Amino acid sequence: MTVGPHPPMAIYEVFQQAREGDPMTHVGSLNAPDDELALQYARDVFSRRYEALRLWVVPRASVQTIDDLDLLRPPFDRSYRRPDGYNVVPKLRAIKARVAGTQQEAEVAG
Amino acid sequence: MTTLAGRVVKTVEAADEQRRREEFFAHVEGGGKVEATDWIPDEYRIAVLRFVEMHANSELMGVLPERDWIMRAPSLKRKLALTSKIQDEVGHAQILYRVAEDLGKSREEMLADLIAGKTKFHNVFHYPTKSWADVGIIAWLVDAAAIVAQQALRESSYAPYARAMKRICAEESVHIIHGRDVVLAMISGTAEQQAMVQEALDRWWGPLMQMHGPPSNPEKDKDLRWKIKSKHNEQLRQEFLNTYVPRLWEIGLTVPDPALRHDEDTDRWLYTEPDWNELRSVVTGNGPASQSRLDFRRLSFEDTAWVRDAVLGNGRVAA
Repeated sequence: MTVGPHPPMAIYEVFQQAREGDPMTHVGSLNAPDDELALQYARDVFSRRYEALRLWVVPRASVQTIDDLDLLRPPFDRSYRRPDGYNVVPKLRAIKARVAGTQQEAEVAG
Repeated sequence: MTTLAGRVVKTVEAADEQRRREEFFAHVEGGGKVEATDWIPDEYRIAVLRFVEMHANSELMGVLPERDWIMRAPSLKRKLALTSKIQDEVGHAQILYRVAEDLGKSREEMLADLIAGKTKFHNVFHYPTKSWADVGIIAWLVDAAAIVAQQALRESSYAPYARAMKRICAEESVHIIHGRDVVLAMISGTAEQQAMVQEALDRWWGPLMQMHGPPSNPEKDKDLRWKIKSKHNEQLRQEFLNTYVPRLWEIGLTVPDPALRHDEDTDRWLYTEPDWNELRSVVTGNGPASQSRLDFRRLSFEDTAWVRDAVLGNGRVAA
């Protein structure tokens, strides 16, 4: 259960980029009556000590969420999408042994 | 924000509700994290709300003893440091009230309850300040005792609170260094300045020892079981003593407790039982400065009404 602040105050979510090249990271939220003051409050609350190179300030109402794990992590075998879904070593070992054996036979015959 | 999970909740049957509750508590007791938008049973929501609201109140009330000293700071640098500490604490209150709001109580209600004396704030902010040495002792030791608790809260099962604490702890550590610097400067000064520090420590030691609360039974403490907090009161007090008693001793200060000593066998600090009656009395509004601080908060709330009107566009600003 969540309640919002009294209108016209609205909740804004704040994201910061701490260093050049870093991803924007969620750092918290604030209440503000409009977009302009939301930016001022974000600066006051989240970058008093030069923490941010850039802030994104987004009305919470604009954030859409998917948190249904049946959609995000469906219970299917998706191992083929990952490197650990492939078992190379035993195959390689068997092949190397076979190749080495063939070469040996060739040497003996030679 | 309506989530897919949120919409599903409205349709679950009572039996599902019970199963959901069991899953929820197994999740948090097993070290799982909770987000604001997750389904949260009322007992957990209320427990976190109470905890965070008290913390937010303490940040907001904690600036009042310090604001008295802005105009009396002994140098421009100290004045800047103190002002920025106060700004930090109000910023912490803003962050924490925001976290609390998502648990179902509006900021307006929380401020109204604080001013009406219905909700609590930390015992240490119910006492008056008497000299500049108090500013050093508060910033160093009160913030140190607080940070011991706050560091443990970075592991809280309520993830928005845990994340807020990471940021808050980083700022509190600056306050501790600032406070220690104030104390060291005075200890490096005249005999009179040194005596001021000792006198301040003598007055603050009792409230500091009470600050983490009486030893509680971890088995009966729901906040611990649900991992809202991760350490019990006595653990926090021991950590505080372990770090800070040697730091007080090394600069020649006397801790005003003849029974205080480190017991090598148990690796624990032994001390005179703090006055728990004083703690209970103080946090329920009967401390020496409780009412004057609340009066000031009320006055400040009224004085700033025009700012809220301007910001909210209530149109009363010209009047």
